[in-house]
Amino acid sequence: MAIAKQEMLALNGDEAVAYAVKQSDVDVVAAYPITPQTIIVERFSEYVHNGEVDTAFVCVESEHSALTACLAAAAIGARTFTASASAGLALMHEILYVTSGCRAPVVMAITNRALSAPINIHCDHSDSMVERDASWIQIYAENSQEAYDSIIQAFRIAEHPDILLPAMVMLDAFVLSHTLENVKVLSDEAVRKFVETRKIPMVKNHKGDVVPFKLDPEKPLTMGPLDLYDYYFEHKMQQEEAMKRVPKVIKQVHDEYAEVSGRRYGNGLTESYRMEDAEIATVCVGSTAGTTKTVVDQLRDKGTKAGLLRLRTYRPLPKQDITEALEGVEAVAVMDRAHSFGGHGGPIFHEVRHVLYDSQTRPPVVDYVYGLGGRDMPQHLIHRIYKDLEKIVRTKEVEKPVQFIGVRE
Amino acid sequence: MTSQKKGWKDLPIAGVCWIPSTEYITGDWRTFKPVVDTEKCTLCLLCHLYCPDGAIHWNREADEIEFDYDHCKGCGICAEECPVTAIEMVRE
Repeated sequence: MAIAKQEMLALNGDEAVAYAVKQSDVDVVAAYPITPQTIIVERFSEYVHNGEVDTAFVCVESEHSALTACLAAAAIGARTFTASASAGLALMHEILYVTSGCRAPVVMAITNRALSAPINIHCDHSDSMVERDASWIQIYAENSQEAYDSIIQAFRIAEHPDILLPAMVMLDAFVLSHTLENVKVLSDEAVRKFVETRKIPMVKNHKGDVVPFKLDPEKPLTMGPLDLYDYYFEHKMQQEEAMKRVPKVIKQVHDEYAEVSGRRYGNGLTESYRMEDAEIATVCVGSTAGTTKTVVDQLRDKGTKAGLLRLRTYRPLPKQDITEALEGVEAVAVMDRAHSFGGHGGPIFHEVRHVLYDSQTRPPVVDYVYGLGGRDMPQHLIHRIYKDLEKIVRTKEVEKPVQFIGVRE
Repeated sequence: MTSQKKGWKDLPIAGVCWIPSTEYITGDWRTFKPVVDTEKCTLCLLCHLYCPDGAIHWNREADEIEFDYDHCKGCGICAEECPVTAIEMVRE
């Protein structure tokens, strides 16, 4: 397939998301505005008002209701989208589990924002990282182009009959959400062709009839009812098994999308940047990866064998990719834009170190919690992290496994 | 007992019910059971309307109401609503 003709638009991250949703033939959007996600909902409501989309837009009184409405719409077979951030996502917490448990493939954009208090509207990943256990697919975008591309891909991934799990696409507050970027967009036709219409698999209902997996009074079925110690565990196992199938589908959808758009993000799960012969490496998600690539280039120019592993998906965790990319490295630093208070470092650190424990080489892994509440992560701080890694390699000693970087004493 | 139940490979996803709920016996939750005094009962069937579990039926042949004790939870709403106090809640 030839790469489709594309248009270059000046969009901020939120607008890029709204544009992708506009093109993805979405049936229902229910959302509640919260900074810095507001522009997504504003732009999309304009599309609805102007008749540019064939979408039912449901105004709701809270995020809890927004996701409940989306869950209900997805349960009747609709393609469904919502967006939130920070406190809004926290208010959705209960329904996140109901949505995944009902196997409703809702797609949601999250503009990563710090949690109160003190109140803060800027970027960190505390809001979505804390939802890692909710059985949602999590994709973190590095830039607005990737946010646009990932939303389109997310519908195909979530709705895949082998998956049927909801998906979140994350973009960093303000750094991406409110910053104008050149974004290449596909034609409406190309996106429509790519996302297709939602395919509904068949299930057997209580009468023994084979019916579509959706709520329909003509072909009734019950989903998500009381489920105690006798069956709940089995249903959770099914969610875990569905998650195991996600990496293959993400890669497949990512490859297909690359054929249409010409754009790739690593293998869809992780992106290795100058990792081939790397001796020291960092791991991160989101827009900080962009800054880190610049730092890696500077270090490489001076002969330092530095690399970066960017996780694009955090759920499912790309375990195999992490092992393959990092087991040959001499020291690894994880950069976490979230922290588990009273724990031992941030969420990405926990998992990367945990995965590498089973590797043959078991390289030292250290954590740098950075950028909470939107604190900037400039190049010189990332240089300091690589310098620390060089010292670990030289001395074979880790002084502090967990550090906070960019904070005043 | 667990071995007789479906495992995750055979179970429909999302808790979709594969047998009618009437085949799932829930009456053993009950502490008190409703008993009707057929002499007092006027067959107004308010109990049938109020029963949250659909566990009260009119037996047309016997011309009496009857309780489905496989599904009655013993909530006592029928006894409370009966206008002629014909239903008594009796400890199991």
